[in-house]
Amino acid sequence: MAKKEYSFYPGCSSQKKASADNYLRSTYSMCDALDIKLNEIDDWNCCGASIGYAGGGEVPRIALSARNVALSAQQNPDQDLVATCAACWLSTREAQERIEENDKVREGVNAALDEIGLKIEGEQPKARHMVEALIEDIGFDELASGVQKPLEGIKIAGYVGCQTNRPFGIAGESFENPKYLDHMIESMGAQAVDRYDKKVACCSGALMFSEPEKGHALVKDIIEAAYDGGADMIVTPCPLCQMNVESYQKEINKTFKTKFEMPVVYYSQLISVAYGKSAKESALDGQIIPVKQLEDVTNK
Amino acid sequence: MSNLNQAMIEKYRSSFLNEVEANVEEGHWVKMCMQCGVCSGSCPLGPHWEHPPQELFMMIRANEREAVLKSDSMWMCTSCYNCIARCPRGLPITHIMHGLATYAKRLNLVPKKQPTAEFGQMFWDSLSKNGRVNELKIGVGLYFKDGFAQGVKNAMAGRELGMAMMKTQRMNAMEYFGGHKCKDTSGIQKMLKKAQEFEDQQITRFDGKEG
Repeated sequence: MAKKEYSFYPGCSSQKKASADNYLRSTYSMCDALDIKLNEIDDWNCCGASIGYAGGGEVPRIALSARNVALSAQQNPDQDLVATCAACWLSTREAQERIEENDKVREGVNAALDEIGLKIEGEQPKARHMVEALIEDIGFDELASGVQKPLEGIKIAGYVGCQTNRPFGIAGESFENPKYLDHMIESMGAQAVDRYDKKVACCSGALMFSEPEKGHALVKDIIEAAYDGGADMIVTPCPLCQMNVESYQKEINKTFKTKFEMPVVYYSQLISVAYGKSAKESALDGQIIPVKQLEDVTNK
Repeated sequence: MSNLNQAMIEKYRSSFLNEVEANVEEGHWVKMCMQCGVCSGSCPLGPHWEHPPQELFMMIRANEREAVLKSDSMWMCTSCYNCIARCPRGLPITHIMHGLATYAKRLNLVPKKQPTAEFGQMFWDSLSKNGRVNELKIGVGLYFKDGFAQGVKNAMAGRELGMAMMKTQRMNAMEYFGGHKCKDTSGIQKMLKKAQEFEDQQITRFDGKEG
């Protein structure tokens, strides 16, 4: 039996050949290495993300998350609902909070769920981000103890971003300078960039698509600060942060006359590589900007 | 929808604050703002807001109904939650901004071609149709939202990134012809319809004709 077991909510970007395909693949690889079993919620739906309000009001948006929560409770009772996407996790937690606190919302959501024979009742599964599960259920020391190929000599900027950090955050961390990603980097034998200025800055989120010029300006600062700190690469816990910071560097270079070529990886890729998984298993082939130093570790 | 707007004007003639409290998500918090401006100073897109959040809160209390609802300010919210984390009074500012945007949309008052409003609607349409978002269709839709010629131009400009996404298996051309979706799409549509009806009732109740 696996050491840990979770009800898994991957989210729209973490589907086969979707924008965070590399996150999905490296998550499964990491969980295999850590003896974690992921039970994907059958027929989960989109959480509405942070842009859904343009089309859906409060009750429809919360109903979306409520459906996932109800399905999780039904299919995987007694298991925490674990999301890898920051927005999925945040929407689910927000929905649970609102259902708990607002009678009107609860009434509307249950009326909507009733249409499909579901209901929010009894104790709801605890919604957690994958990094929470790693930190709280396994811990940094144990994570470090399983490392087979330490990421020695690699300097990494831990870019926490927004939605795993605010408004809920990781227990015991501050909003302005959370340390969990740095600890995770160090547990894998790499060096964390000290005082990474843009650690909790915003990548512009969904506005990267609708307001690209404003988005590029924000991302430029995030990458520049990583270079200033001497980083070889950036690591992030969020699929939209990864996409926004990695994939527009060519356009940013054109606009700002910069020469950025900064790899941006997921924590799940760091752990997967350090635990001895192959480059393919760790989804290093999913990087637009190749991450040679991690590839080298996998070839050791 | 403009009828709803007229009904709301009649109903709340004397107080836009009351209207916001009744009809905007988390709107009952607005009166708690003490005008310190930490939210505006913390916003990553702060300089791009015509009226930053604390100004919107003051305008709501000053009955500046049209100026608030027709503003594109709240559409600048990136959902970074800095304002929520830092507000000394604990206002859920991000949610209030989303709520104002939703309400303006519902009353048909959003500025024409507001890009985030358009993109957000495409996103919502995609997820409510299939239960999951079709990233490729939204991307293509976004390219072509301002007509065919502009779309071709945008698509050419984005071609290199598109190729890179394909090569790294993070985009699939076949997604355009169907793609990822939930099994129970009809159930999800039914659920969303019911949720929307419930919410509409909550608002129309205040025009004295229903509820």
